[in-house]
Amino acid sequence: MSSPLKPLPAWADVALIPLINVAAAFVISGFVVLAIGENPLEAVQILITGALGDLEGIGFTLYYATSFIFTGLAVAICFHAGLFNIGVEGQAYIAGLGAALAALYLGFLPGYSLVVVAIAAAALFGAAFAAIPGYLQAKRDSHIVITTIMFNYIASALMGYLLVDVLRVPGQMNAETPGFSKYAAVPQFHELLAPLGIQWPVTPFNLSFLLALAAALAVWLLIWRTRLGYEVRTVGANATAAIYGGISPSRITIITTLLSGALAGGLAVNVILGQEHRLILEFTGGFGFVGIAVALMGRAHPVGIILAAILFGVLYQGGDELAFDKPKISRDMIVVIQGLVVLFAGALEHMFRRPVSVLLARRTTQPPI
Amino acid sequence: MFGRNSNIMTTALFAGGLFTSAAYAADIKPAIIYDLGHKFDASFNEGVFHGAEKFKKDSGVDYRDLEIQNDAEREQDLRKFAKAGYSPIMTVGFSWATALGKVADEFPNTKFAIIDADVDKPNVQSIKFKEQEGSFLVGVIAAKTSKTGKVGFVGGMDIPLISAFGCGYAQGVKYVNDKDEVFANMTGTDFHAWTDPVKGGELAKSQMDRGADIVYAAAGATGQGVLKAAADAGKLGIGVDSDQDNLFPGKVLTSMLKHVDVATYKSFMDAKNGTWKPGLLLLGLKEGGVDYATDEWNKSVLTPEAKAAADAAKADIISGKIQVHDFRTDNKCPV
Repeated sequence: MSSPLKPLPAWADVALIPLINVAAAFVISGFVVLAIGENPLEAVQILITGALGDLEGIGFTLYYATSFIFTGLAVAICFHAGLFNIGVEGQAYIAGLGAALAALYLGFLPGYSLVVVAIAAAALFGAAFAAIPGYLQAKRDSHIVITTIMFNYIASALMGYLLVDVLRVPGQMNAETPGFSKYAAVPQFHELLAPLGIQWPVTPFNLSFLLALAAALAVWLLIWRTRLGYEVRTVGANATAAIYGGISPSRITIITTLLSGALAGGLAVNVILGQEHRLILEFTGGFGFVGIAVALMGRAHPVGIILAAILFGVLYQGGDELAFDKPKISRDMIVVIQGLVVLFAGALEHMFRRPVSVLLARRTTQPPI
Repeated sequence: MFGRNSNIMTTALFAGGLFTSAAYAADIKPAIIYDLGHKFDASFNEGVFHGAEKFKKDSGVDYRDLEIQNDAEREQDLRKFAKAGYSPIMTVGFSWATALGKVADEFPNTKFAIIDADVDKPNVQSIKFKEQEGSFLVGVIAAKTSKTGKVGFVGGMDIPLISAFGCGYAQGVKYVNDKDEVFANMTGTDFHAWTDPVKGGELAKSQMDRGADIVYAAAGATGQGVLKAAADAGKLGIGVDSDQDNLFPGKVLTSMLKHVDVATYKSFMDAKNGTWKPGLLLLGLKEGGVDYATDEWNKSVLTPEAKAAADAAKADIISGKIQVHDFRTDNKCPV
């Protein structure tokens, strides 16, 4: 038994193990639901149909999933370089500032070029805010976990000040900017499909979703198909060895954090340009932190991240329906279920790995009787 | 087999239930959606909850309530309640204004209400309070009670609404004694400022170090830290929104009452009786929307002299003899 196990086949690694983990999380959640006196099967049914049962549910699920794809990719790209970026929340928050400033003050740009510039501004601001912890890690050896956590607070304080004292409409109680022009809005699918005669219910689901899929493809190409990606993975695997290979870890660290910050900006694109059409306080709503769970669950692979993001989208949207339909199941219950999924998919990821690989190894090595 | 049968039974019962409720067509289906944060905050949101509970007890009509988790849910949940036939739908807090402005147009036959903001739609009731008037009264009480001539104010998030509390308070203090000093601090500029009792306590301590012997907190859950710091230091605190005198009996001078509970109760009751009206409801001292608290917990600290001064000021404000300036009109405080 002590001999090292053979690596799992790819299908088991990307599909079977996550499936078992999620199933385990749901079973435990079922007991919690049972304990507060509701029927767990019914709860699961409401959760699934609420999230995927109709076009409206699907719209919201994919809207949330879009945010999670971006934040998951942002965290994952840093994982590959051995960096743990906890500051996606703050980077996305500052990216929202870039998007809003472009949308509000570059209104002279012709037509929809405004939204393109606003998206670029979001990426730029996110990257710039990530650059500082990246530089400190690369040149001053200040640990990126600590600096990015602190930078979340800086982002929060800065945005609070700007929204309350500088950008707010005078006399308005809400700390928010004026609304953007329609050319600064990423079109939502129900608007796009209406001229084609397709009735899609009003949801915040917008074109950022395609941008997120494109970003996932770009990250995959970058990490596994380019020289830079090879360097990133080398630094992540062993920074000392990378130096002997002629790779500068500090250069890779800075480039990776810049890219991570730019990807974090996608959250601002989806929420600020795609849905709110104005800059509001704390629009990030913890999605940056959930990105860590998404990246862990997706095993830092873009395909895995897309699947994990959709799962979290289902939990968010289905959870909202569940809280609406079952007053007994409060918001905190939904957080418990989400937490269990994170626990099993992330922290206890290896719990089922060994039994599964033992099982599979036995099946493949034993001669048929 | 049995499981299936019992399912059918439940469905039948449920349908029966629906039928009976439809028979009382005059009945209303009220709903409440709280703001981000907590339903049980011992202050603002909880006040709405108590008002709705009282309505349920008095009228026998049940209501639904919901807490949201992120901003995208605002419009979504409003639509869900409206589609399910709920009316009136009470939204708690000014953050709802933008979402409500959009959704109210889509459901012209649904009654909506919002607290602390003005949404100008034909089917929206906007409930606002003259917080400056209630704050003026507790300012008068503070000035009459203070021995050092210095009093403090700890606000939650730095927004005009909270400045209106602070400004009314300062006007009340200066009305009694122009030389009295008011130290004012805000806890922060984001939503965490409502839920940071530790920082609230620190701010209160620094004000007391400078000589303040009474501190007024208008800071949601942060305020509990302010009241505790004052109580621990042997000084007095002033509570806000709900009656908080019982949190530290004998250590809380009074509370500035903002009757969101009364407003909620009245809005639901009016809807039930068919007298619900859209438009702006501005509730001040005259309308009973704001007041100060007197009860068994603060009678040992609230002197008859202070109480008499407050009651005199109250009468003068109601008659119009004292005009309390509202910070929100020009973002300035005259004192």
